[in-house]
Amino acid sequence: MAHRAVTTSMPMPRATDVVRLRVNGDLYEVGVPAHYTLLEALRYELLLTGSKQGCDKGDCGACTVIIDGRATLSCLTPVHEAEERDVVTVEGLASADGPHPLQDEFDLKGAAQCGFCTPGILCSAAALLARTPDPSRDEIREALAGNLCRCTGYTKIFEAVEGAAARLRVE
Amino acid sequence: MLRLPEYRYHQPRALAEALSLLVEHQGDVMPVAGGTDLIPNMKHRLFEPGHLVALKRVEELKGIHEENGHLRLGATETLTDVAESRVVRGCFPALAEAAGHVAGPQLRNMATIGGNLCLETRCTYYNQTAFWRQALGYCLKKDGSICHVTKVGRKCVAAHSADTPPVLAVLDAVAVLEGPQGRREVPVGDFFVADGIANTRREPGELVTEIRVPLGPRTRRAAYAKLRQRNSIDFPLLTVAVSADMDRDLTVHELKGVVTGLGARPRELAGWSEIARGHVLDDDLIDALAERALAQCHPLENMIVDPEWRRAMVPVYIRKALRRLF
Repeated sequence: MAHRAVTTSMPMPRATDVVRLRVNGDLYEVGVPAHYTLLEALRYELLLTGSKQGCDKGDCGACTVIIDGRATLSCLTPVHEAEERDVVTVEGLASADGPHPLQDEFDLKGAAQCGFCTPGILCSAAALLARTPDPSRDEIREALAGNLCRCTGYTKIFEAVEGAAARLRVE
Repeated sequence: MLRLPEYRYHQPRALAEALSLLVEHQGDVMPVAGGTDLIPNMKHRLFEPGHLVALKRVEELKGIHEENGHLRLGATETLTDVAESRVVRGCFPALAEAAGHVAGPQLRNMATIGGNLCLETRCTYYNQTAFWRQALGYCLKKDGSICHVTKVGRKCVAAHSADTPPVLAVLDAVAVLEGPQGRREVPVGDFFVADGIANTRREPGELVTEIRVPLGPRTRRAAYAKLRQRNSIDFPLLTVAVSADMDRDLTVHELKGVVTGLGARPRELAGWSEIARGHVLDDDLIDALAERALAQCHPLENMIVDPEWRRAMVPVYIRKALRRLF
């Protein structure tokens, strides 16, 4: 029997505000409820579902995006706070020519298992490499300290970031 | 999924505008800077203001620089900015270190020094979803009348859990507040009160606009040490900050210690200067100071770790912090 379970007792809120967002280089003008977070706007209005809704309260890092070059938790960012700023999500890392070296290295090194934490980790790592092209293992650990992975342990993730850093320095 | 309650979001560009918005919506408004403390609390229905006044775009609240014998920290400078600032690292390395150890990197990129000063107190029975709190009949701090920590107490014992205030206190920093009644300065050491429900002297219509740290004597050193379960992201279970004016041979002129993470406000350790003044800061003196601190610290079950263990860690972390003064 086709039956869709109702998972929330709260009605979908109505859009009341129009916000202008620049996400992955594209300009959007989108209607949102005034109390939306950036994560909700990305996922439910722009349909960019790469950023994950994990703990939804700033513990896990799965919603990490890059705002003005800095790794930021989109689940704690009121959507208006992202206006007039430059947002990059995991969807914006790859180019038309192929995946970002970080994405390629995560694949080659087996740094993702279930994959839920991966978009946030890729964003934290991309923000790190933009500022620190040749990070030490400790600097990588520190930059990824706010991204929890419950599958892999972190060794392969650190190796993948080191691999991507080496490739980016050559390019 | 934790959805926010509905609110209107105001983004003033000037301090006067921010203050007048707080007056206009009095009783149904809160200021928000980084949002890393308030937004999760709103998602837990601990606060449901109809209006938020965002401070991040207010020009007057920005900037880190030296002026008139002080280091001025604008209230909305992020903890990353404070931790990485060359001037903060040069003048007050312990402050840079404390700011750099708050939560994780993404949170430090958002959270502000003013917000860290005004951080809401925390408790096992408080920082939970509305559903969780309702199941237990709520608590003294929010919506209920029973304290699940002390069982009998009429006073909220939620813990002050911020890292930078103890360091700011031992450095004799001053918080500058502006509100409808004008501007006033409150030493960070006097900024907190022993009430877990509202533990600061900031009035609802007031904003912390800046923190001023006196550049002080060159002989002064400060250090800090922090206990937490996971070094990557957790709130402190115990934070110790110490400062000392010492000669080259480590003879102490003045010594201060502040611990927090235990009760509703940071505690300045009593009797330290009397023990230490005129003596060399050696292992015997450090042991005496640690013992004196232990007698004053009584952790409660307001966090989900064994309070006996937290108490046992007091002298350990006091020694750790004092040894970093060398």
